[in-house]
Amino acid sequence: MAKIRGKSSTIWRGGVGWTSALVMFFPIFWMLLASFKTEIDAVTTPPLLFFTPTFENFAAVNQRADYFAYAWNSLAESLGATLLGLAIAVPAAYAAAFFPTKRTKDLLLWMLSTKMLPAVGVLVPMYLLFRDTGLLDTRTGLIIVFTLSNLPIVVWMLYSFFKEVPYEILEAGRMDGARAGAQIRLLLIPLTLPGIASTALLSVILCWNEAFWSLNLTAAKAGPLTAFIASFSSPEGLFWAKLSAASTLAIAPILVFGWLTQRQLVRGLTFGAVK
Amino acid sequence: MATTPFCLRLLNLQRRPRKRANFEFGHSAMTSSLAKVGFGVFKPKDSRAPRTGALLAPAVGLLLIWMIVPLTMTLWFSFQRYNLQNPLISGFAGFNNYKFLLLYKTLWISIGNTLVLVGSVLSLTIVFGVLFAVVFDEAFFGRNIARLLVIAPFFVMPTVSALIWKNLLMHPVNGLFAWITRSLGLGVVDWFAQAPMISIIIIVAWQWIPFASLILMTAMQSLDREQMEAAYLDGARGLSMFWFITLPHLFRPISVVVMIETIFLLAVFAEILVTTSGGPGNATTTLTYLIYLKALLQWDVGGASAAGVIAIILANVVAAFLIRTVARNLAD
Repeated sequence: MAKIRGKSSTIWRGGVGWTSALVMFFPIFWMLLASFKTEIDAVTTPPLLFFTPTFENFAAVNQRADYFAYAWNSLAESLGATLLGLAIAVPAAYAAAFFPTKRTKDLLLWMLSTKMLPAVGVLVPMYLLFRDTGLLDTRTGLIIVFTLSNLPIVVWMLYSFFKEVPYEILEAGRMDGARAGAQIRLLLIPLTLPGIASTALLSVILCWNEAFWSLNLTAAKAGPLTAFIASFSSPEGLFWAKLSAASTLAIAPILVFGWLTQRQLVRGLTFGAVK
Repeated sequence: MATTPFCLRLLNLQRRPRKRANFEFGHSAMTSSLAKVGFGVFKPKDSRAPRTGALLAPAVGLLLIWMIVPLTMTLWFSFQRYNLQNPLISGFAGFNNYKFLLLYKTLWISIGNTLVLVGSVLSLTIVFGVLFAVVFDEAFFGRNIARLLVIAPFFVMPTVSALIWKNLLMHPVNGLFAWITRSLGLGVVDWFAQAPMISIIIIVAWQWIPFASLILMTAMQSLDREQMEAAYLDGARGLSMFWFITLPHLFRPISVVVMIETIFLLAVFAEILVTTSGGPGNATTTLTYLIYLKALLQWDVGGASAAGVIAIILANVVAAFLIRTVARNLAD
């Protein structure tokens, strides 16, 4: 576009842009800062912006065995649900993208509609089913719930990536004798690897941050980090510096994933409606 | 392009030429441009196509079970007298659970709270989302880094963001806000006691403004620069440019944001559990939180299920709109 705006406009934009960026990021920054303070510095008034940083909180968090148990649960549940979800969704998205029938569109929309069902509407039966089948507070149980609740998003996102692959490539493979499985494994997956990777990352992000099912269906045994952090909400949990350190460790990997894939995530988050 | 309907052109979607039903044009830029010059790059539906049923079955089957089984159980329980604490109460309840709920003042308060929360957060996220999308649309120093900082809160888990605000910022004794207002001689606001709903709205909006910004920033990239230039030559500046070119372009992405956020905002739970636990009184009890209270604290399965059915109906009204919007995008 030709120069529509002058230099003063750039400065003005930079000012507004950076102000909003700093305001939005400030709470995270403040938590990061608190995680390097001593417990006393963390609650001092006036709040300290400059202080001698300490790593004792991170050391303390690392010494707590239960932190690792929760972190491991988060990792196992997010990765488990993501891999299981991809395994179920890739064939479905392949079929929908390359062999559409009259009903494919309705089928995809129906999948989307299951996502609209508010979780709380089925809280009671899920709780009772989990209790009766012994899945309450197990990693398997939470993996099942995460997989199913993210499945529509995963299918939709993969579908939108697969649709960009010309069918001719797969057909050439078919001519050479590749069946559906081989076509997916040898052609489709390598071709759409970046798309599949960002789908996987979105799924990991959503599972990692999920806080309804994980708070209601798990306790000490299978609880992920969201539940660990929530247990600090009680008044006696006033170890703010340690809580900040634990929170920092809990959100850091996801923040990095999110930043790396922000542009592709839009597609998954809007079911392909905005690219 | 001239025949493309305006709304589709804004979306940067081209209307794909339709042949007979069993020919489908590819989606990529390459194939569609080939199609335009007359190469028939279509995929014939042939008999050797894999049986898609087997490929779709796991996904469809599991989602069907996931949807139908709990839903049927919710409906069934909502007509039962069923309390886990008192096994003596049992049997068919007819519409009693619903009758009791509808006469229960807290239900209406919680629906009102839900609507206030969803409505306020939606307006805040749309206003700031559009503002950020416009500001970040053109280059300035360090734009990409600033953009990452703006969207960061979206990736923070709800329990962490609730505790950051509760302990580090809004705490009446040691929080940063208390120190700021005290230094200014304004006294101290005990946020969660004096303005509980506003506090929750601030926290949830902080989490969802990045979502709206991310979507709208992406949508801005498909804004037709030539159209903007033409408008500029016609004398459109600043506000009129925004009003007549940018905002109409963003209209559809905004509606997508509204509907997706509504689905998630109706289900806000952790933020309330960690900060106010629905209180003081029932000032921040939303429908989701009420069902949690009934089900897992009072063990009233029948009542909670009836409230669940009400929540499902509420969400379905929203879903109907969302499906329609997305469906329009799917249709050629």
